[in-house]
Amino acid sequence: MWLFDRDLWSEVFNTLGKNLFRTFLTMLGVIFAMVILMLLLGSSNGLANGFNNIFAGTSSNSLFVWSQSTSEPYKGFERGRRIKFKTEDADILRKQIPEIEVLAPRIELGSHRGVATVYRKGRTSGSAVYGDYPEIDDIMKKKLVEGRFLNRTDTDNSKKVCVIGEETYKLLFDKGEDAIGKDVRINGVFFSIVGIYKPNDNINIDGENAVFIPFTTFQKAFNSGDRMGWMAISFSAETEVPIVEAKIKKVLKAKYDISPTDERAIGSFDMSEVFKSVSAFTTVLKGVSFFVGLLSLLAGVIAISNILLITVKERTKEIGVRRALGATPKVVRRQIILEAIVITVFAGMLGFAISVGLLNTIDANFAQGNDAPFRNPMVTIPQFVFSFLLMVGLSILIGMIPANRAIRVKPIDALREE
Amino acid sequence: MIQIKNLHKSYKMGSNSLHVLKGIDFSVEEGELVAIMGSSGSGKSTLLNILGMLDGADSGDYVLDGVPIENLNETKAAQYRNKFLGFVFQSFNLINYKNAMENVALPLYYQKVGRKERQEKALKYLGQVGLKEWATHLPSELSGGQKQRVAIARAMAAEPKVLLADEPTGALDSTTSYEVMDLIQKINDDGNTILVVTHEPDIADMCKRIVHLKDGVIVEDKKIKQVRASAYV
Repeated sequence: MWLFDRDLWSEVFNTLGKNLFRTFLTMLGVIFAMVILMLLLGSSNGLANGFNNIFAGTSSNSLFVWSQSTSEPYKGFERGRRIKFKTEDADILRKQIPEIEVLAPRIELGSHRGVATVYRKGRTSGSAVYGDYPEIDDIMKKKLVEGRFLNRTDTDNSKKVCVIGEETYKLLFDKGEDAIGKDVRINGVFFSIVGIYKPNDNINIDGENAVFIPFTTFQKAFNSGDRMGWMAISFSAETEVPIVEAKIKKVLKAKYDISPTDERAIGSFDMSEVFKSVSAFTTVLKGVSFFVGLLSLLAGVIAISNILLITVKERTKEIGVRRALGATPKVVRRQIILEAIVITVFAGMLGFAISVGLLNTIDANFAQGNDAPFRNPMVTIPQFVFSFLLMVGLSILIGMIPANRAIRVKPIDALREE
Repeated sequence: MIQIKNLHKSYKMGSNSLHVLKGIDFSVEEGELVAIMGSSGSGKSTLLNILGMLDGADSGDYVLDGVPIENLNETKAAQYRNKFLGFVFQSFNLINYKNAMENVALPLYYQKVGRKERQEKALKYLGQVGLKEWATHLPSELSGGQKQRVAIARAMAAEPKVLLADEPTGALDSTTSYEVMDLIQKINDDGNTILVVTHEPDIADMCKRIVHLKDGVIVEDKKIKQVRASAYV
C-alpha cells in the first residue's frame, strides 16, 4: 500500500522541507482560512452558549399570564375595569387545559412591581415580596447560594419562612454573616430565612432584590384572601404555546366577562417565542459563519493549488529529470497531490492551533463573568472533523490541477538545453 | 545491444515539416564506447532522444537488449528508461535541493529499492567516481566536474544496459572534460555500453568508434584507436 510507503512520504517531506520558505508562503492562505473558519465557528458557538446560559434554568415552553385593565366595554361593564385573578382560576385552568404541566400562582405585595419594606435590626431593604408555590422553581430555576427553596411543607402548613435574593441579603446583613434561620420583618410579620438565591443571569423577571414566602403564608399574613397576582405556566415540550395561550385567555375572558376581542385585559408573555427567535438567530449565525469560513477555506486551498502550479512550472526541469530517471506519471502525480495534502493538512493544523489559542484568549478575556456575551467560544469536535475532512478532500481535488500539469511535462521538453 | 533499422523522424514547424532523421541504420554491441558526432542540426540529439525513449520515432525499428521499443506510453517508457538506460546531461541536471548521495539514489528509489540498500549503493557509486567524501554536499557546493561525476554516478547507480551521455563535457573546461572522459572510459572498461553525443573531436577520439551524422543520415561509421584520457589528466 503506497499510503504507508515511507520513502514516498520522505520524498514529499524532503521536497517541502528543502523549500521551507516556499512551503510556508503556500501555507499562509490555508492557515488564515482555517483561523477565520474556526474563529467564526467558535464565536458563533460562544454566542449560542451565551444565549443558552442566559436562558439556563428557564423552562423554554412556558407562559406568564397576568391581569390588567379592560380596554373595551362588554356586557354592561365599562372599559378600564381592573381584572383581578382569583386563586380558583389556577384549578379551573388545570382542569380545562390538559397541556398544562405546571401552573404556579403568584401574588405580590403592593401593586405590580411594587416594593415592600423589609426590616431587620434597624436595616431596611425595599424588596419585591412574592407569595409563591414551590412549583415556580420548575419554571424559573433559582440558583441557591445557601439553604433551600420553598417546599410543599411550607405551603401546606403556611410556615413563616422566606427565601431572599442575594441583593436583599447584602442590604440586610453584614458581609459573611450567616442569614439562615434569622428573621426579617415584612409589614409587621416575622419570617425566618431558609435560603438565599443568586441571580441566574437568566431572564430575571423576579429581580435580585426579592423575598419569596409561601403563597398560603402570604394569604394569611397579608390578608390577601383569594386574590392572585399572576401565573407562571409550563407546558410539555411538544406544546405549541401560542395555541394554548389563546385557549387559556379564552377561559379567563369568559370567566371575567371580558370581550373576546379585548387584547389588553389579560397580559401574557410567551417565553417560547424568545427561545425560538434566539435559536433561529444562532442557527442562522452558525450557518452563515460556516459558509463564509468554508468559502475562505476554499480560497486558501485554491491558493495552494495556484502556488503548486507555479512551483510545477518552476520545477519543470526537476520533474523532467525525475521522469528521465524512471519516475512514471503516476508517481509524479502522486507526489504533487501528496504535497498538496501535506501542505494543507499541516497548514490546517497550524491554523487550528492558532485559532484555539485565540479562542482561549477571547474566552479568558471576554467570556468570563455572568453577563458576558460569549461563553465557552469553542469549536465542536464534529465541526472540526468535518472542516478537516473537507479541507483534505478539497486539497486532493485541487492538487489534481498542478499534478496533471506536472505529468504533461515531457522529459524531452524539460531537458532541452536552452 | 542496440539495433536500429531505417529510423525516420520529422518535426512539425508550423506548416512546414522538418525531416530530421532520414533513415538511420545503426547497431551497437555490448561493451562499445560510441561517439555520435555532427554539427548542430545534424540530428544527433534527436537520435539520442529516441534512443533514450524521451522521444518517439515516426517509423523504423528500435530493439534494445532484445526488447522491441515501440508503442510506448509514458508509464512504460519511464519503466524502460529506469531499467535499461542511464542518462548524463550537458548541464548535469542534478536536483538542487538533494545532496550528492540523494541524487545518486534517486533512480534506485524509482526502482523501488529499499532505503538502506539505496544508500549503500549510492555511496558505492559515489566512491567509484571519487566523491565519497562529498556525499552530503548539495550540488551548489560542487564544482562542474564534480557535478558531472555525481551525474555519472547517478546514471550508473541503476545499473543500466546503456549509458547515454549528451554532450557530457559541453559545460566543462578541457582538463575537467578529460577527467570526466577518463571516468567514462573506466566505466566502459568494466564492460558497460556507452553512447556519447559530442561535437568536440578530441572527446570523440577518446571513444572506440565514431559515428558521423550529417543532415539526418550517417555519413561515416568507423572504429578508431582509443585515446586514453588518463594521458592528459
